[in-house]
Amino acid sequence: MKPSLVVGVDVGGTFTDLFFFDEATGLAQTRKVPSTRGDQSIGFVAGIKSGEADFARIAAVVHGTTVGTNALLERKGARTGVIMTNGFRDVLEMRRRDRRQTWGLWGEFVPAIPRDLRLEVPERTLADGTVRETVDLAAVEAAARQLLAGGAEAVAIVFINAYANDANERAALAAVRKVWPNPYVTASHEILPEIREFERASTASLNAYLQPVVASYLSRLDKRLVEGGAKGQLLIVQSNGGVMSVETAARLPIRTALSGPAAGVIAAAHIAKSAGFADVLTGDMGGTSFDVALIADGKAALAAQTTIEFGMVVRTPMIEITTIGAGGGSIAWVDRGGLLQIGPESAGSDPGPAAYGLGATRPTVTDANVVMGRINAARPIGGKLASLDIDAAKRAIDTHVAAPLGLSTLAAAEAIARVANSRMAGALRLVSIERGHDPQRFALMPFGGAGALHAGALMKETGLGATLVPRFPGVTSALGCVIADMRHDFVRTVNRPLGALDTEALGKAIAEYAAEGERLVRAAGVELEAIASEIELDMSYVGQTHTLAVPLANPKPDAAAIRAAFEKAYKAAFGRLLEGIEMRVLTLRVAVVGKRPKIDLARLAPQGGSVAAAKTGTRPVWFDGAWADTAIYDRLALPIDARIEGPAILEQPDATTVIEPDLAATVDRFGNLIVRRR
Amino acid sequence: MTIDAVTLAVLKGRLEQIADEMDATLFRTAFNPIIAEAHDASHGLYDAVTGDTLVQGKSGLPIFVGVMAFAVRAVVAKVARDGGLADGDVFLFNDPYDGGTHLSDFKLVRPYFRDGKLFCWLASVGHWHDVGGNVPGNYNPAATESFQEGMHIPPVKLVSAGRLNADIVDILKCNSRLPLSLYGDMSGQINALDLGIKRMDTLLDQYGAAVIAETFGELRARAAKLMRACIAELPDGTYSAEDWLDNDGIADVPLKIALDIVKKGETMSLDFSRSSPPCAGPVNIARSTAIASCYVALKHVFRDVPANAGCLEPISFVIPEISLLSAKAPKPVGGYTETILRVIDVVFQALAKAAPLAVNGCAYGTINALSLAGHRRDGRRWVMFSFFGGGLGGSPESDGLNHGNAPISTATIPPVEILEAAYPVLFNQWALRPDSGGAGRHRGGLGAVYELELLEEQADVFLFGERGRTAPPGVAGGKSAAMNRFTYPTANGTAQPPMASKMTGLHIAKGDSLRLETPGGGGYGSPSERPADAIARDLALGYVTQAAAARDYPAQIKDAAQ
Repeated sequence: MKPSLVVGVDVGGTFTDLFFFDEATGLAQTRKVPSTRGDQSIGFVAGIKSGEADFARIAAVVHGTTVGTNALLERKGARTGVIMTNGFRDVLEMRRRDRRQTWGLWGEFVPAIPRDLRLEVPERTLADGTVRETVDLAAVEAAARQLLAGGAEAVAIVFINAYANDANERAALAAVRKVWPNPYVTASHEILPEIREFERASTASLNAYLQPVVASYLSRLDKRLVEGGAKGQLLIVQSNGGVMSVETAARLPIRTALSGPAAGVIAAAHIAKSAGFADVLTGDMGGTSFDVALIADGKAALAAQTTIEFGMVVRTPMIEITTIGAGGGSIAWVDRGGLLQIGPESAGSDPGPAAYGLGATRPTVTDANVVMGRINAARPIGGKLASLDIDAAKRAIDTHVAAPLGLSTLAAAEAIARVANSRMAGALRLVSIERGHDPQRFALMPFGGAGALHAGALMKETGLGATLVPRFPGVTSALGCVIADMRHDFVRTVNRPLGALDTEALGKAIAEYAAEGERLVRAAGVELEAIASEIELDMSYVGQTHTLAVPLANPKPDAAAIRAAFEKAYKAAFGRLLEGIEMRVLTLRVAVVGKRPKIDLARLAPQGGSVAAAKTGTRPVWFDGAWADTAIYDRLALPIDARIEGPAILEQPDATTVIEPDLAATVDRFGNLIVRRR
Repeated sequence: MTIDAVTLAVLKGRLEQIADEMDATLFRTAFNPIIAEAHDASHGLYDAVTGDTLVQGKSGLPIFVGVMAFAVRAVVAKVARDGGLADGDVFLFNDPYDGGTHLSDFKLVRPYFRDGKLFCWLASVGHWHDVGGNVPGNYNPAATESFQEGMHIPPVKLVSAGRLNADIVDILKCNSRLPLSLYGDMSGQINALDLGIKRMDTLLDQYGAAVIAETFGELRARAAKLMRACIAELPDGTYSAEDWLDNDGIADVPLKIALDIVKKGETMSLDFSRSSPPCAGPVNIARSTAIASCYVALKHVFRDVPANAGCLEPISFVIPEISLLSAKAPKPVGGYTETILRVIDVVFQALAKAAPLAVNGCAYGTINALSLAGHRRDGRRWVMFSFFGGGLGGSPESDGLNHGNAPISTATIPPVEILEAAYPVLFNQWALRPDSGGAGRHRGGLGAVYELELLEEQADVFLFGERGRTAPPGVAGGKSAAMNRFTYPTANGTAQPPMASKMTGLHIAKGDSLRLETPGGGGYGSPSERPADAIARDLALGYVTQAAAARDYPAQIKDAAQ
């Protein structure tokens, strides 16, 4: 029998979430197992065994990984060297001459690649692509040997203006490969043939920095799966929400920098679209942060680059995720001017909120939810703690918020929730209203354990049309792994005024990228429904430095079509066109997407049940300045079409949903909760 | 007070978001890289009657945060004099004496009406690429009157009740070397103000005008309270500091910036009486600019105080009528950036004596405005105009940042590849400058070396810099950084400018190289307290040479040798 099981695996800091889907039978199931720190592949394989003993049934395992992200954040990449053009080895350390924050001049920057492992060689290409000085290959080889002697395990080659002509860089790459004992060699033109040397150097060197770590993790994982009898493919989710082969991931590990969160957004898009919502804002509320992404017309917005941390810039297309420091663990405090503030300091998971009873004394957003009865203190989610300490939470709120503001404990708890909500609403507004989207059209989709506690309040404050709580908010990323499309991205600097653009050459480049992309996407050997290319030009008026992404429908566009597409995009973004000014094409982007078969989410829907049977009791919950007798339900036991009027609390193992008094929820045919104003 | 603390916290965020969003709109639509990349712009909301700052965006240029209130006041005065204020008006001007800073900064000020009454002002300021005058880019080191620095526009109605006055746009364009860039930036500022009005409407519809008006008052009161609490923690006393500008570009005579801080209880007086009188060249600043720069320095030290007029309530200023720091028309002010950086340096140095644990060493202290201009073979004019970076001071926590931006700015520098693609230049070096950070327990950050070569036949070069004669000082026992140094080719070798870091009338030819070595930051704490392993690391990474280490850290180097 042909293997038909696809397994999505999202490895987080605490739990490994799994989603199993049988393409032949349409059956689906979820699992949650503890993550194994040190070697994540152990928990990974144990998780798969918990859902399917027979690995031979597995057609594909799709993995959202944080191994790359963590190596960057914790500075645990390989010892890496860089070879650069004479005079430029400090580019990585000089950045774009920024500083950490607007106000305050403190803090240094320690680059991931130390200065003694950044070497220079004679070579130079001009901005127009002319080679002024041919690369000195003997010097390149000597530099490579010096880096090896200095203990470097990986190396990146970054030459000035290599985006315009990569001849010197290619020659140097060949010379380094001859002496380098492993495959961990990255040249900047392979990663990002795009103008701006700091961004290119940072991306290329961090790719090299991650190669040994990510490649060895993936090969360990592959080996464990093969030993278990799996013959299917192992695929990796990229930051752009697409999926790539293990071989590509080992070569381009920088593309996994936001792998985990990206998978969640992909799942959100699919769940929302199936439920009839093409426009969604996702809100992933974790312990220390709130991550927001925008999905318009069923597609997640992409960003060209992100800053992992001050000075660590990664420029590859990725799902645009806006993060603010307001999570369940964010600490509430009153400043010396008497204003209530939330975060950015966080209690983390140890000691965590005061209610965890692990010795913390400062109040967090979670403590406020516990005191108000919104979180069930007797049965905390996640299964890590047996119960929560309400009194400790009250004491923390009294001391640090209620007393300084002259409020009662409960009024202070409500205030904490309100200020936290206003900060999260600010992030939602930032990615929607500020980009010209009408919030009425959008639904909020919370995921993560805490998101659904606040979703109703956020929906009201931001003026969103509805809230959609997916049936399994805690395993959204794992589901995303199963449904993500294969994808490969290409980028190339063009930098020509539209009038001087060779559109024939542009069409040829698009065709070449489409062919190469199709080859890479097919090479992974998974089932695909279709392959399509998405083409975009980064354009501006001549003289502007910021560009606008302009989608092109035609792979062989002429100048008139490009102009029309730009004007349409510019008008949508800024309201009015500028008269008499020439346009410029800075960058060509081509994404080749291999569409994978989608899951029918109705397979996950509840079977039978009744509202009465799902009700587990009542408890007092604090809403708008008073206790309200509130019905509690076992969320997963609610039948399709059930309607629950607020106030109500819906509990499930991995999340708690609060239905505020002026809201009502219905269960749709997939088992999602749709929350709207009553 | 009727507004509760929670609503206040919520509304503070909403108001700041409006200003931030105005910033973002201009950054994305501006034409000139000084706004788009360097963020040399700012937006905020201002009091209907006094023009005081109510709310300021977080992403705009720090120096503007202090100066915008003066700009709005100039418009308030104009309206009081002339009357005729209407909904949909937009005033435009660049007067630096009333409105602060220099002629390059164009302020657009728009009234916000609610129920037929003036509710508050919205303002946008941005640094335009070229506003006429003798020098492309307007940093004229030899100016003796502001007429040589650019056009001078008093507050005029660019937009009358929603109708754009195209005549004014024509006058402005006619007076710039880069009229398209000017038109693009001005359009971006109008867009930003439009957006601010829209967002204010939404907010007031939701909360009502009375609540928002009360929020403004309450936010101001809280900022004042917070600043008082910060000041109260310092010991009472008088704290003095002096620092120097190299010269005014006309006469090679150093100019003194002297500050005496008198701190008593919850208040502080900043007295600049002992500073130099006005000078002939362009390093004068207006009184409004001087106060704004003190505000920037204090905000860098007392970081949690919100950016509104309340933070200056407990602070008084003594600046004589006849002073380098209270220039009147038509004294040239084009190089104001250099003077305000020095004002910030003396605030740091004086405060370090009161609160050594709250203050960092001085930053590199000069923006090094370098302008290269010429014509391409096809006759097109090109102007490359850029500011360069240097080191920040060591702090109580750590060494200073290598190659940062100036305290008055959050500007980033364009990449080498963007500069080389846009202008006929080639950089041969873009590197950290060893030994440029001041020694100390925490070393100052390193400055940079930029060396560029001309690829076209000819170019004219202008440089406006400082710190060529007096180095950026350290604090709390930290040592000074290296000085600024500019080198250009001559018939028989190389030379440095006679005015140290200011240069005009320099012509270079194809193949000629210019070299700019910028200062690092001052050190923090005594060098004798720097740990041996930190010195060893500096040596291994080449941040400090062996010779400099032996000079600055003799005891530790001797110990290491044994």
